[in-house]
Amino acid sequence: MTTVENTGNRRLSAEELEAFGAEMDAIRQRIVADLGEKDSAYIYDIVKKQRAFEIAGRALFYLPVIGWVPAVACLSISKILDNMEIGHNVMHGQYDWMGDPDLNSRMFEWDNVCPSDQWKYSHNYIHHTFTNVLGKDRDIGYGILRMDEDQKWHPYFLGNPIYAFLLMIFFEWGVAMHDLEVENLVAGKRTFADNAELHRGLMKKVKRQALKDYVLFPLLSGPLAPLTFVGNGVANLVRNIWAFNIIFCGHFPAGVASFSQEECEDETQGHWYYRQLLGSANITGGRIFHIMSGNLSHQIEHHLFPDLPARRYPEIAEEVREICSRYGLAYNTGPLHQQLWGVFKKICRYALPDRKRPAAEGVGAAPALEGVAA
Amino acid sequence: MALDLGGRILRSRTVAALASPHGIDRYLTQINPMLAAHEVRARITDIHPEVSAPGAPRVATVTLQPTSTWRGHRAGQHVTVGIDTGEGRRTTRVFTVSNTEGKAGEPLTITVRAHDDEHATPYSISKYLTERATVGTLVHLSQAEGDFVLPDRVPEHIILISGGSGITPVMSMLRSLQRRTHRGKVTFLHWAPSADRQIFADELEEIRHQGHGVDLHLLHTGDGAPYLSPALLEKLVPGYREVPTWACGPASLIEAAQAAYVGTESLKVEYFKPPKTAGVAGGEMEFARTGKTVANDGATILDQAEAAGLTPESGCRMGICFSCTTNKSSGRVRNVLTGETSELPDEQIRICVSTPEGDCSVDL
Repeated sequence: MTTVENTGNRRLSAEELEAFGAEMDAIRQRIVADLGEKDSAYIYDIVKKQRAFEIAGRALFYLPVIGWVPAVACLSISKILDNMEIGHNVMHGQYDWMGDPDLNSRMFEWDNVCPSDQWKYSHNYIHHTFTNVLGKDRDIGYGILRMDEDQKWHPYFLGNPIYAFLLMIFFEWGVAMHDLEVENLVAGKRTFADNAELHRGLMKKVKRQALKDYVLFPLLSGPLAPLTFVGNGVANLVRNIWAFNIIFCGHFPAGVASFSQEECEDETQGHWYYRQLLGSANITGGRIFHIMSGNLSHQIEHHLFPDLPARRYPEIAEEVREICSRYGLAYNTGPLHQQLWGVFKKICRYALPDRKRPAAEGVGAAPALEGVAA
Repeated sequence: MALDLGGRILRSRTVAALASPHGIDRYLTQINPMLAAHEVRARITDIHPEVSAPGAPRVATVTLQPTSTWRGHRAGQHVTVGIDTGEGRRTTRVFTVSNTEGKAGEPLTITVRAHDDEHATPYSISKYLTERATVGTLVHLSQAEGDFVLPDRVPEHIILISGGSGITPVMSMLRSLQRRTHRGKVTFLHWAPSADRQIFADELEEIRHQGHGVDLHLLHTGDGAPYLSPALLEKLVPGYREVPTWACGPASLIEAAQAAYVGTESLKVEYFKPPKTAGVAGGEMEFARTGKTVANDGATILDQAEAAGLTPESGCRMGICFSCTTNKSSGRVRNVLTGETSELPDEQIRICVSTPEGDCSVDL
């Protein structure tokens, strides 16, 4: 396990945790009290732009030859905005306070194959509550990859880089299948009957998405149908690759800590904040980059305050950073290439069995070996 | 015809499939909010003050031109109204449609009394409508709902009873009866605090003068008029218990009416505010998601959650709009509108009209 010590961070005392939690609560309260016109105008503007990109993308396919590349670009942007800055954030309830059913976490459905209600359970509840708790957070390796040394090695994991590559290519399908808990099915911890309901919901959504992108819009473009078909596929692919890269930079770069279930028993609010902070990593970049990443480039702030509107994360980030420095805690951030490199190394390293460490040794017993990731 | 064809295309399954998952209305609204295939929106075309007596809350009748998707309303029905009242927030409340029953796409009116609403920020929707809204303001509507309506064949003699703002559905009924040229007899009893706070005063005066089978009694309690009682009803309408009656008003009036008609099936009622009757205090109210637990004080779960500092989603606060529907994982709750209790685990309940009875846990 990449324990807190392994990441070069220190443990906070109970009093420190309480004070740390109180400072985070104060940020939260201040932002909640300030929510208003600017936040609603922002998200309405993003929605408007997303719809415009979508319509432009669909329309440009009618322009033979020269229209194709811009069409794919527009549709990719539309899908990325829809899934990330709008979908992911709306489904976190970030805009529920506006009282607009179109932007309500319970009603929103996004433009990919994963049904929103299934995603909300595995993401909002399981992942955000048990972030980086081994054995609890199914987002650690998504049940496919080995991303932590406490996941027992098996020859299967030699394929780690290949699985990661495939997951990237088919990311929306990976996210959708995630809820079926295939790994638990294989392990016999879950039955096909448990999945019947989920499977029905999933198939319904898959059919709708496929009908739109791979049947109706291609048919509507008449003789250009094959080009539209391929174009829609490429737009989905671009979104998959982009989302995978942004999301993998959120929890798997070097220096991100994981936690044992024992550490998190009867957890205080302060420790929850502490765990969210040390279990997440940011990506630096410009304004457009942050919007296109759904502000998940501020994964730390997102994990501290998952239901605050994402446009607030950049302003919160400065405060969080300052608080971290006072408590002597690392604030994990870096440019995209650096964070991706860290993720890539982890994927490759955990493909191989652990070096030197005797199997009998307990949890978190090998801090010296972890230096590789630093 | 052309419009109708357009509407049929927009509502077709093909268009729905193309616009999936957001729906065609999400695109149409970007062009013009008054274009819709399924949803109902409206623009305010007139705001007419009804009461502006000094010291009394303002009352206004707001006329709305709905999108072509509005399916019309029957006299006595209500509609959920959502308005962006500022600070990026949309407030949603339920109002009775006050004009004569109308067909699809026809204008409708709602009559609104301004009152404060601690749960709506920055303005209560009634204050916004009576003080700040202007002609042209966009309004989000539901379809007309509710079964507090006149039957298609109206009995020979009916009684209409209303109190305060509860006059609105009854007024819609009265107006519709007049348009339908109902030949029978209508006894209309209305309670208001005083004459200068009387909504629709001029129109009622006209109805009184015209007669036409309407026996009108305006009872102003501030001027010493008696309150609703079996004796009063018997005096005004001998044998009233056999006469089909519609009553709408505050909880006290409805309860008095129910007592007067107990044992009969003549009475249909509509609250315009849910009864404030507190439930039974005792036990623990747990909000499982936020991990908060409070002592159950007998108030609705919504009120208790808000008192505990939570901000659950809510709309009408009277059990109509279902915005506040929440999963109750365990415990027994009472529906304050019907008095029914239920204790099924993992049940979807409207927390605005549910009070816990003993220990209760909800996913908030």
